Amino acid sequence: MSSGSVAQRVLTACLMPVAIFFMAFWLLPITRLIALPAAKGWETYFAILTDPRYAASLINTLLLSLVVTAATLMLGLAVGLYLAKPKVLGRRFLLSLLTLPLSFPGVVVGFFIILLGGRQGAVADLFESVGLGRVTFAYGLTGLFLAYLYFSLPRVIASYTAAAQGMDRSLEEAARSLGANRFQVLWDAWLPQLLPTTAACAAIVFATSMGAFGTAFTLASKFEVLPITIYNEFTNYANFPLAASLSLSLGLLTWLSLFLMGRWTGGRVAL
Amino acid sequence: MNSRSPILATLTATVLLFMISPMVLSITAAFLQQYSRGLASGLTLEWVVHVFSQYGSTVYASILIATSCVIGNALIGVPCAYALARARGRWARSFEEILTLPVAVPGLATGLALILTYGEWRDFRQSYAFILVGHMVFTLPFMVRTVSAAFQRAEIASIEEAARSLGAGFMTRFLTVLVPVVLPSIVAGGLMVFTLSIGEFNLTWLLHTPLTRTLPVGLADSYASMRIEIGSAYTLMFFIVVLPLLWLLNVVANLVQKRYGT
Repeated sequence: MSSGSVAQRVLTACLMPVAIFFMAFWLLPITRLIALPAAKGWETYFAILTDPRYAASLINTLLLSLVVTAATLMLGLAVGLYLAKPKVLGRRFLLSLLTLPLSFPGVVVGFFIILLGGRQGAVADLFESVGLGRVTFAYGLTGLFLAYLYFSLPRVIASYTAAAQGMDRSLEEAARSLGANRFQVLWDAWLPQLLPTTAACAAIVFATSMGAFGTAFTLASKFEVLPITIYNEFTNYANFPLAASLSLSLGLLTWLSLFLMGRWTGGRVAL
Repeated sequence: MNSRSPILATLTATVLLFMISPMVLSITAAFLQQYSRGLASGLTLEWVVHVFSQYGSTVYASILIATSCVIGNALIGVPCAYALARARGRWARSFEEILTLPVAVPGLATGLALILTYGEWRDFRQSYAFILVGHMVFTLPFMVRTVSAAFQRAEIASIEEAARSLGAGFMTRFLTVLVPVVLPSIVAGGLMVFTLSIGEFNLTWLLHTPLTRTLPVGLADSYASMRIEIGSAYTLMFFIVVLPLLWLLNVVANLVQKRYGT
């Protein structure tokens, strides 16, 4: 190429609009957010670890996200394996029903859990009709768990179904012909092939659960998760440096989990 | 292959019940006179009519923001995707990594940062443009990555080379040769951007004002302060406006893929 510097200039010009836009509306604001806690002293950056209330909120969020991730992966794997079977009746229809909620905002999912397990919920009616009293579970840990599960399942089911359809069936047949039972087939023939999907799904579900705000906000949960803590510091107490510090900690944590999972699987985790 | 697996079938049925029953409950509740008394209270269209007249504007706003978001991201994102595909250096990779940070970092952090920086610019803060900017930053990587992957394909580089050897200048090459070839990817990226923008809440809840409300913001508001029938009717509005729209866009994207795809 004779006009190397011209080509370089064209590429730079192509990059400019995004560079300027991104600088103005993300890098600069985030830099200000990073600088803000310093105004209240350096120890503000570590509030999430030093203040027992915030540390408790962090541990709540971490444990909930881990449990949700494990449960979503197990259920998603089961459904994905089932829907990938060629002989299942109406599997395309089932798959489109199960992936319909992909576009639902978290707030809608929160409302769904209220309809199921709230004070006027279907489960309360059901339990009352058999004489067990009006059981509610929407506003506590169970409600949050189910809501996060509902939110994450469609993504994971879609990934596992696609991956399971592309699996090499000969391994499974070999295992079966050697007399392997159901669980040995699952463990030795299926899981190794589905490992990349599992890693990618785990990272996405964990990161979305850590940062989920809409669902928890709608449920007005008694079980306080970090995004709600941050929101309360910001709106109810107008404690901006602290809200900044906590959201930076949360951001760092979710970014790190995605980054490490991407490194570990050798490729990038598709966002 | 053995298709009789009772455990998988039972688990699938349970998950299906869990996923479908709230949708059915919510659609039913939108037409009930009184939710707590069930069907005995009779059916009505009152809530649906009320929601459409009261909150129709939030649907309109959301569609407008999502459409602007797609157009804006296509305008700035497609040239950027081209540059990133052609400049295969370390810095190009890092640039792409940095662009995806707003997706990895929770929306709350980005929202707080934007308010902190531009909160004092009242006209900007109180306009839909403030929400649009947040949505654009958040969805930009989806457009850039999808289109950049298309630009990297080998046959596109050779098409570009052919156009160059025929004496076409960069602008001509870009607009009349390159963009049409990667159009299916631009449409696919646009669909992702549209879907994400129309359902976005975490960022939007912080960025909105009483005069700039989107569909998910209005939904959250109605869930918190209205009776369950109104919340359900509002959710129904999401179902009957947004879902068919997304479905339609999907059909269009598939058509474009078939007609122009390689």
